[in-house]
Amino acid sequence: MAATATVVPVVVMTLFWLLIGAVAPFLVPKGPNKGIIQLMLILTAICCYTFWALAFIMQLNPLIGPSLENTTILAIEWNWEDFHRGSASK
Amino acid sequence: MGSLFRSEKMTLAQLFLQSEAAYACVSELGELGLVQFRDLNPDVAAFQKKFVNEVRRCDEMERKLRFLEGEIKKAKIPITVANDNPAAPPPRAMIDLEATFEKLENEMKDVNNNTESLKRNYLELTELQHVLTKTRTFFRDFEVRRGSQGQFDTQIAEEGGIRSDHLPGLGMLAGVISRERFTGFERMLWRVCHGNVFLRHAEIESPLEDPSTGYEIHKVVFIIFFQGEQLKSRVKRILDGCNKQNISNNTTYSHFSTGQYKKPKVLHQTQEHRLRALALAAKNITVWFIKVRKIKAIYHILNCFNLDVTRNCLIAECWCPVLDLDQIQHALTRGTERSESSVPSILHVVENIDKDHPTYNRVNKFTTAFQSIVNAYGVADYREVNPAPYTIITFPFLFGVMFGDAGHGIIMLLFAIWMCVREKKLAASSKDNEMWGTIYSGRYVILLMGLFSCYSGLIYNDVY
Repeated sequence: MAATATVVPVVVMTLFWLLIGAVAPFLVPKGPNKGIIQLMLILTAICCYTFWALAFIMQLNPLIGPSLENTTILAIEWNWEDFHRGSASK
Repeated sequence: MGSLFRSEKMTLAQLFLQSEAAYACVSELGELGLVQFRDLNPDVAAFQKKFVNEVRRCDEMERKLRFLEGEIKKAKIPITVANDNPAAPPPRAMIDLEATFEKLENEMKDVNNNTESLKRNYLELTELQHVLTKTRTFFRDFEVRRGSQGQFDTQIAEEGGIRSDHLPGLGMLAGVISRERFTGFERMLWRVCHGNVFLRHAEIESPLEDPSTGYEIHKVVFIIFFQGEQLKSRVKRILDGCNKQNISNNTTYSHFSTGQYKKPKVLHQTQEHRLRALALAAKNITVWFIKVRKIKAIYHILNCFNLDVTRNCLIAECWCPVLDLDQIQHALTRGTERSESSVPSILHVVENIDKDHPTYNRVNKFTTAFQSIVNAYGVADYREVNPAPYTIITFPFLFGVMFGDAGHGIIMLLFAIWMCVREKKLAASSKDNEMWGTIYSGRYVILLMGLFSCYSGLIYNDVY
């Protein structure tokens, strides 16, 4: 199930936002705005990571596909070997 | 350490100020901007307060300044924008300022009156000249027709004048009327005189300046011929009703030159003088405005103080943040030094009060916009959790989720970056226009909104 195409983006994005959300707050220089900057980093990481993850998971298992014209579907069936109407490609 | 997560700890303090030192101390505290004074005289009517005369004088000065500003704007002189922040001048300097404004206002009023009377004169003479030139063409026309018909045997002088006693029973009245009112005037004349008068008109090509308003009005020269006394009285009444300047028929103007009547030199010189005086005023007017407003504010605050006659000092109650008590103390010492008073001002912190403490959130230029968005929904209680720091990220993020266009997000981002980089230069112009001022004060909000819009545009695969 976990093809390379699926694992790489997950790992990259998770590491990226983990860096921003969990590591960077410790590196904020001391000053009057330290608390605010830490809060901003954590909130950005949470919001953006969740947003990306939702879009990614939705595309892994879509509930609905694109609406195509009949001619396009026939063309795809003719040209792709393993595409059959009515079944998702594995 | 104060922070934005909760509102600051506030304490009630009592200030004991010497009467001479009070003005300077309030000025210093005003520049600092860290205290909120409580009104100790809420029941006293406005006109019974201690410093009501000074406030009235400040109002009068402000009125004069507004008049001057109106004159400067009318003359289209650019007002230099002052970027510096002048402190309120001491009370003695108030009299000098008042004298300056009074002098300038009187000068302006004099010059304006003179200009108006000169312009009125000039207008009358120009209209007269137009009437003469136009009516001359009428009479030339009339003479040609008369010559061909051969009915009248009167002589009409070629140069300028016409003597109506030569024309049997035929009277005439000439005048000038504005173009808009001419058709109504013509119709009324026709109706009243049952069509028994003869009206001819000609337009004046160049518009004439109305002395009181300064607008240029197109005018029309007319001449009315009528026969008999009854018609004459009717026509006269209509002309009086229309308030138009009419020229009677028995005078000769042969001495009048036919050349264009030039604007008198005096008019030019008066206008030059006025522009010079206004230009001088325009250099200082913003600084004057700031000073007068600061003086007025100081006297408003002084009205809230309690006067203790036995010890000859003013008592004030104010809320201050606990962390800033040092700064306030320094400001008080500075104020006492400036007023050269012998007795130092005392700041006394009152403990254990149950009164409602005010909410003070310490914001900087970045967090101000978000705090004001949150405050628009309602100000938090004292020492309550402040939702503003969380909105710094969540508000632009949700905007980005809804916007979701990377291309337009980049445009928004670039616009916001430009505003933030050019902050200081744009600050002055933002106060003129309300719409632009709102956008400018939200520049950091727009910056973050642009960033999140780009991100969500990338996720949505949406560019333009």
